[in-house]
Amino acid sequence: MLSKVAERVYWTARYLERVESTARMISIYDQLLFDLPRSVKLSWYNLIRINNQEEAFNAIYTVLDERNVVKFMLSEASNSFSVASSLKAIRENVRTTRDVVPKDTWEMTNELSIFVQENLLQGVNRSKRHEFLETIIKGCQQILGLVYGSMPHDDAWHLLRIGRNIERADMTTRNLEAGISAILDMEDELAVINSHQIIWGKVLRSLNADHAYRRTKRVAVKDFPVAEYLLEDDEFPRSIRYNLNAIANSARELPHSADLEVALNRITKSLPVKQNGQLFLDASFKEHLNQIQIELAELHGLIYQAWFPKI
Amino acid sequence: MSIDWNTYQSGDFYDELIGAPGQARKPARQLLDYLKTLSEQEYADRKKAAELTIQEMGVSFTIYAEGGNIDRAWPFDIIPRVIDKDQWDQTAAGLKQRLKALNMFIDDLYHEQRVLKDGIIPEFIIKDSKNYLPECEGVSPIYGTWAHICGTDLVRDGDGIFYVLEDNLRVPSGVSYMLENRSIMKRVLPEVFEEIDIAPIGDYTAQLFDMLSALSPRPEETPVIVVLTPGIYNSAYFEHAFLAQQMGVELVEGSDMVVQDDNCVYMKTISGLERVDVIYRRIDDVFLDPEVFNKESTLGVAGLMRAWRAGNVAIANAPGAGVADDKVIYAYVPALIKYYLDEEAILPNVETFLCFDDEERAYVLANLDKLVVKPANESGGYGMLVGPHSTKKEREQFAKLIEANPRNYIGQPTLALSTAPAIIDKFGLEPRHLDLRPFILQSKNTYVTTGGLTRVAMKRGSLVVNSSQGGGSKDTWIVTSEAKE
Repeated sequence: MLSKVAERVYWTARYLERVESTARMISIYDQLLFDLPRSVKLSWYNLIRINNQEEAFNAIYTVLDERNVVKFMLSEASNSFSVASSLKAIRENVRTTRDVVPKDTWEMTNELSIFVQENLLQGVNRSKRHEFLETIIKGCQQILGLVYGSMPHDDAWHLLRIGRNIERADMTTRNLEAGISAILDMEDELAVINSHQIIWGKVLRSLNADHAYRRTKRVAVKDFPVAEYLLEDDEFPRSIRYNLNAIANSARELPHSADLEVALNRITKSLPVKQNGQLFLDASFKEHLNQIQIELAELHGLIYQAWFPKI
Repeated sequence: MSIDWNTYQSGDFYDELIGAPGQARKPARQLLDYLKTLSEQEYADRKKAAELTIQEMGVSFTIYAEGGNIDRAWPFDIIPRVIDKDQWDQTAAGLKQRLKALNMFIDDLYHEQRVLKDGIIPEFIIKDSKNYLPECEGVSPIYGTWAHICGTDLVRDGDGIFYVLEDNLRVPSGVSYMLENRSIMKRVLPEVFEEIDIAPIGDYTAQLFDMLSALSPRPEETPVIVVLTPGIYNSAYFEHAFLAQQMGVELVEGSDMVVQDDNCVYMKTISGLERVDVIYRRIDDVFLDPEVFNKESTLGVAGLMRAWRAGNVAIANAPGAGVADDKVIYAYVPALIKYYLDEEAILPNVETFLCFDDEERAYVLANLDKLVVKPANESGGYGMLVGPHSTKKEREQFAKLIEANPRNYIGQPTLALSTAPAIIDKFGLEPRHLDLRPFILQSKNTYVTTGGLTRVAMKRGSLVVNSSQGGGSKDTWIVTSEAKE
């Protein structure tokens, strides 16, 4: 397979995953705000912060309110993470790799793009937002289902899988970060205790992990087991260990993957979160997550070196 | 309310569907019977459905506009154009004959040049042709075929006869739209396909693949075939991607390939370099190889000509094939058919006046207001003068151009291009002028598409069918007419 096509397929998968996660994140945040005690001042701006997009956001908006944050995440053209930009990127990439992905991918991508373009306003206004986001999530899953159901497990499939899993791992760290940040930001201890379960519950929900967590862990929703589950579970498809294993399995099927395997082993070993005798996770957990994000960025660099066009 | 077909009038023009008011031509009878059952609302609904389908299928073309490239949805009219099968078979035979002679001509030009020595074509025409490439002299592509893919433009004049308007032997485009038009029709008007015997067209990409495979310099191996595109900003990028996907071959850009010291072409894959056997190129000659032609070109591959001359890679169409895609050469095609095949041309040319000839030039200059004047080597409908629609200033400008470079211009009578009914917003059914571009393949075997791409000038009275200039298209049906009158 052409190196350039490999790169485009990888990005198609990353962007597709990004669209779904972003849609999920917004829809969960919406509900989270309804549930928290009024004394908790949780701002929409946190969504910008956990995605490291303060600078880009502040360049456009001065008011840090819900409307602007949602607009920025859904429709802002200058934000390459926004749903609209990501879909545009998916469309460009699928357009240039139509020869290696299932035939209907192109048509489904067009349908989803047309839907989002025509209904963007619904996402910004709260009354129809849920329905709008649900349709996006379903559209992404439809494309993913197509790939799973009809694509031979060839080089292109492995690259799609690698792209999807590295993006997922990254998104899982960001969701965990959203949880720990929300808690660290609260000054009132009583509010923290009351909100604990709500916040970690929403982190699970936003990764579609609440049900699986309960069945696997069989304990109440608390910070430490949630972190452990999302970092180290072997079976849940959005846990970071699972994502790294999936990348390793696919990398093994592709040429020149030795460096990548070494790095994957190292990151996997560094995942476990240390409990330092306290009841709650503290600021050091945030550090831990940041370290994983840096490692994932390095992994991305190794993927480039192994398979993509050399400039 | 249903549409009143009795009021549809195409005036003096030959209409493809309607012979006399309210009366269908023989091959279109079943179609018209069906169309008459549709109400105005149904037409509007189907038209809307077609537009939606085109968006979802992502059928588009790219135009260059101020401030960048715009992707436009493919313009399509839902009323098909119907051609009788007997007439089509005859036309297809004429197209094969024509391409066969043209390939013998190109091969001759790059070898012995008998055609010049025997005085069939004046030597200076070739010497002054910018599409004649001395770098190709002495090269012998397999089967003697240089132009493997040809898109010939046919028009019907007032007499209902098909004339050849031009041969596109360089990088003709449009075949993907022909195929997509049929897919759109099947979704939008599925019921007509149940009732009418319409010849299928879907085997084109398989035929294209076989044709390209037959060119491989390593016939004992499974050939590695690629489609070489200039990239996403090219107006026909949609087609390049479509054809690569349909054939299951790689879509590459110049930067994806490299020629090594062994004079073989390789593409850059995730496992390293992989040898390429056949290149279906969709970029012009001058951009193919910066070592030989345009030094600035980043679209091509350095060393490609070396590899081709060494016989290590096949290029379709071969470099230099464009020499026969010259509107002056066009005028000689009937003579070339006679010369190489000793046959009479099955398909007639449009009468053509060559401006390098003093007498013919004088006629052209005296009749600029009646004629169409075309430059010899442009495509896409650019740089021409349509006399009856021109201003005095434009005519004066063209007179100067012709006198400055007579070799480079031809004149043709303004044709009464045939029409077919099209659905036009706010007006309902109106006649629109159209042409037809069938595609002919030649390597080991020769193949002609069943019908072709019908292009329509969507503006009232316009004769310009190019999609870059407001043209649309229709599905083209080849239909066996019932024996009974």
